[in-house]
Amino acid sequence: MRGRIKKLFRSNEPYIFLIIIVLGIVIQIRSGQFFTGNNIVDLLSALIVPGLFAIGEFLALIAGGIDVSFPALASLSAYATTKFLLDREYGGNVLLAFVIAIAIGAVLGAVNGLFIGYLNLNAMIVTLGTSSIFKGIMQGTLRANQLAVIPAGMKSFGITPFISAYNAKNGLTSVLPFTFLILVAVCALMFFILRYTIFGRGIYAIGGNPISAHAAGFHVKRTKFIMYIMIGMIASASGICRVCMMQQCHPTNMLGMEMNIIAGVVLGGVALTGGAGTLTGCMLGTFLIIMVQNSMILLGIPTTWSSVFVGAVIVIGVAISAYQANHQGVGSHQHKSNAKKEAVS
Amino acid sequence: MAQSLLKAEHVKISFGSVHALRDVSLEIAPGEIHCLAGENGCGKSTIIKIISGVYQRDGGTIEFDGKKLDRITPIDSINMGIQVIYQDFSLFPNLTVAENLALNTEVASGKKLVSWKNVRKIAEDAVSKINFDVDLDARVSTLTVAQKQMVAISRALMFNARLIIMDEPTTALTRKEVDALFEIILKLKAQGIAILFISHKLNEVFEISDRFTIFRNGEMVATGLTSELDDRKFTYYMTGREFADQTFVPAKLSKEPVFELKDASLDGAFENINLALRGGEILGITGLLDSGRTQLGLSMFGIMQLTSGKILRNGKEVSITNPRDAIANKIGYVPEDRLSEGLFLQRSIGDNIIISEIDKLTNGIRYDLKKRDAEIARWVKELEIKTNNPENPATTLSGGNQQRIVLAKWLACDLDVLILNGPTVGVDIGSKHDIHAILQKLAGSGLGVIIISDDLPEIIQNCSRIVVIREGKLVAEYDTQNVTEQMILDSMM
Amino acid sequence: MNLKKIYSKNREMYRLLGIMVLWLIFMAFTQSKKFYTGANFLTMAGQFPEYGLMVIGGMLCMMTGGIDLSVVGSANMASILCALTAIRLYGAEGSMGAGGYILFFVIAVIVGLVVGTANGLLVARVKVPPILATLGINELLTGLSVVMTGGAAISKFPKEFCDAFSKNIGGLLPMRVLVFLIAAVVIWFMLERTTYGTKLRLFGTNAHVAEFSGMNTTALILKTYITSGICASIGGLMMLSSYASARADYGSDYTMKAILIMVLGGVSPNGGKGKMSGVITALVLLKLIESGIRRFRSVSDYYVTLIWGAVLLLALVLDYLSTRPKKAKA
Repeated sequence: MRGRIKKLFRSNEPYIFLIIIVLGIVIQIRSGQFFTGNNIVDLLSALIVPGLFAIGEFLALIAGGIDVSFPALASLSAYATTKFLLDREYGGNVLLAFVIAIAIGAVLGAVNGLFIGYLNLNAMIVTLGTSSIFKGIMQGTLRANQLAVIPAGMKSFGITPFISAYNAKNGLTSVLPFTFLILVAVCALMFFILRYTIFGRGIYAIGGNPISAHAAGFHVKRTKFIMYIMIGMIASASGICRVCMMQQCHPTNMLGMEMNIIAGVVLGGVALTGGAGTLTGCMLGTFLIIMVQNSMILLGIPTTWSSVFVGAVIVIGVAISAYQANHQGVGSHQHKSNAKKEAVS
Repeated sequence: MAQSLLKAEHVKISFGSVHALRDVSLEIAPGEIHCLAGENGCGKSTIIKIISGVYQRDGGTIEFDGKKLDRITPIDSINMGIQVIYQDFSLFPNLTVAENLALNTEVASGKKLVSWKNVRKIAEDAVSKINFDVDLDARVSTLTVAQKQMVAISRALMFNARLIIMDEPTTALTRKEVDALFEIILKLKAQGIAILFISHKLNEVFEISDRFTIFRNGEMVATGLTSELDDRKFTYYMTGREFADQTFVPAKLSKEPVFELKDASLDGAFENINLALRGGEILGITGLLDSGRTQLGLSMFGIMQLTSGKILRNGKEVSITNPRDAIANKIGYVPEDRLSEGLFLQRSIGDNIIISEIDKLTNGIRYDLKKRDAEIARWVKELEIKTNNPENPATTLSGGNQQRIVLAKWLACDLDVLILNGPTVGVDIGSKHDIHAILQKLAGSGLGVIIISDDLPEIIQNCSRIVVIREGKLVAEYDTQNVTEQMILDSMM
Repeated sequence: MNLKKIYSKNREMYRLLGIMVLWLIFMAFTQSKKFYTGANFLTMAGQFPEYGLMVIGGMLCMMTGGIDLSVVGSANMASILCALTAIRLYGAEGSMGAGGYILFFVIAVIVGLVVGTANGLLVARVKVPPILATLGINELLTGLSVVMTGGAAISKFPKEFCDAFSKNIGGLLPMRVLVFLIAAVVIWFMLERTTYGTKLRLFGTNAHVAEFSGMNTTALILKTYITSGICASIGGLMMLSSYASARADYGSDYTMKAILIMVLGGVSPNGGKGKMSGVITALVLLKLIESGIRRFRSVSDYYVTLIWGAVLLLALVLDYLSTRPKKAKA
């Protein structure tokens, strides 16, 4: 049992969890508003879109790659879908919106997958390039601009409460829309795929040692290809969620999110070098950043300070985990790990 | 010999215009431990790749278990019972031991889902075959090298192996671990499994194998019973050259020590080490892999910092907290792992030579390229580095020539003390003798040299004095004029 | 044979030059009247220095195997600080003398120094992956810029600086290009004529070996990130002069643009490789394409980003095809 606990604390997740709790208590003491139904609901609702993006980024990082194209990819597929449905004056269920967007996302993800998986090109550069292309298609070919009206189905899906919480103190009601269930479902599905399918284990195996993964019989190229398709699909679903929740489609306001998402995932203990990290850590890290961004008002700090705090959290967070890694001999200088090996044997 | 398990005859293969194998034969009996030896580039790894189906041969015949094989694919090879354990073990550091053991089987089963119960069962079966006691839920990255190797062996045994090929399996093991490995090899032999053991370490070949085969330049030069082999023949077969043993005798020793350690300790590695090195002397430091000898070397060079104790140069205390301090005090260090610590492999030979003295090759703030080229030409000539263009990357050279670059880098800094950790690991025998000659010449010109090595013949031949370190303490000191390998071994263990 | 050697020595650059020639020919046939005018070339030249400076500084970081994502943050911080200082010293409507110009450059250098030191220490000492260290610092800088300006643009401040740096010397050479050229020559000199370049490339190849060779790696990393920070901050001054205003979120797409240009110019994101000639060729090529596309009325400006992305992928694929190993060797 003690061994288990020790093992647990060697990973990042419990620390992030502790930080979240401590920060929550601090905010609670300062404002008395943190552990209230409506605040929690607000935070969860703010987690939906970044959370979905984070799951996609998590996959890419685990396999030893990276994806900086998902905001452009999501913007393009969400915009194209919304525009298409508006032009057809579609008034039906939101399901169709998801189906179309996810299909577009799969195609766009396949472009990434083709270059990264089959041609084995540097993932960072490829997604940088495709990101540029997706933006170009959206703003050039589709001449995207803000859509103030969105189809009725999407509109109602975005505001129908799944849970709503009323706060008697400030008289505010917060709503957690049904999109939250999408986050939960994708999370559960990914957990299952990563843990219980050969494909999912292949993603970890490739991130750990791509040559051995090939020797062990995994289809390395195909696995990466399919994985980037999945990332595209998840990102597009996230894009539609965003449009539904904002009640309008703004083609560019998701752009630039990629770096904070990557920071959140890495804060949660997912290694930039691939292979290591858990879905739990990924969600906790993302939640921490959301929490800092959203708690400014509660603490009476002007929202203009939000970036300063997020920046501080990233810098301090990654510095601590880098420090920890160095002092555990993981990923540090070879001689240190050699020394460790010798000490053990 | 009874019916042979594997019989390869007159195998040829070429890549473009390079004849990697001209004509080699290799015959292994069932349940035999066979040692394949040869210098780097002799074709050892090529024949393994042909047997395991990675390469297709251009000519010759291969029989396995009496059946002639025309074309071997990797799957055929595995199905016949051939397993290769490469030097890097082909493991997944980020996954657990259990998963590393079971993954191949799970993938091969064609199932889409993972059954963790099944994974555990497969893993338990696999480790029980060699009584390997390990936490199946531990991540492989947290294991020692020896444990990783056991995982790789356990995995190989899962496929009803009949021939296990081990590519230099002892390189990173401590002596104790080597003994444990040999025990397992003997156990496998008893079960009728043949082992092809690739090594160029003489003592191991004698210790473990029944028969041997030696390759040189893509040709088979000798094969036979190990009992009929001796040192001299072995070296001759490997290199095609005869070497005279030239034991080192210091020509002129400085009166006072140039380098001293006083009560040097490093927590968790070594304690209270006292050493004195005189100019013109070659001092050997030996000990088991886990004795603290490497940390001692790193501390003398400032990569690690002493927790207590002093370092003295020419009798004066100096502070060495990083490699720059060491170089400023005219101390150089040739690291253990040439490939990951010693050389910028992809960069030019020239840049590798001048990097440590680069700050002297300036003219004002400008980099003096003429001085640079002159310096490079000087060292290429002095150390006889075999290259026609020093602007070629270091990868284009053989191990021996690469090691000369590392030596040149330090000699160019005009040192008083040179520390070498395993100076001839992975260097072929021919170059090894040349490097020894260079070191002896340097000591002759007044340099103080320290060789850290567990290659006992090497230090006995090249050092004037040997100290033995065991569990972090200096336990013995010998004059090489009257010492035997056994005496040193006794104090190491 | 000899030609082949020259080509293979700087493959990226010659490939880009080839694309450039094709593009110039294409423009000559389709839009020669609008494209080949002195005014157009002057406009093009006046626009690229602001991110060009970020590119040539950031390239050094990429050559160490790292990356500097804080360039835009530093640039905006520098321009905002300059504008605010000018307002405080000379008043919003006032005019500043020669001292003001020097002051602006001093502020930019200080900002670069501070940001570079922070990045460098995080990377070299704390061993934070550069992508995260510089990203966090960028977020901090942007945040502070927002706090200082309340998120709004500052456009009322003494404008002498903006006017002076928007002029052309002798009607031919824009002042901003002159600043860029000076910086480019300084960095080229550092890379090719001092030991810094060799050290940088060797460190980028293998940091561990650099440590064992006695290289002062901390100093090298610090110097690199500080140089990048200073270049970016001076880029901020160029933005200030070209927009005649300062704001926390100007140039938000410059980071990606800068990385794209570096990679296109042959700087390897894994470190160890990069040349000034390749990067400048990429910079000029992209500007020519961008400006050329704008000459076509019917084509949206936004196609520029699409074409950039396509050119980047094309360069990658060409590189992949030309360096693919023929047959595995023993």
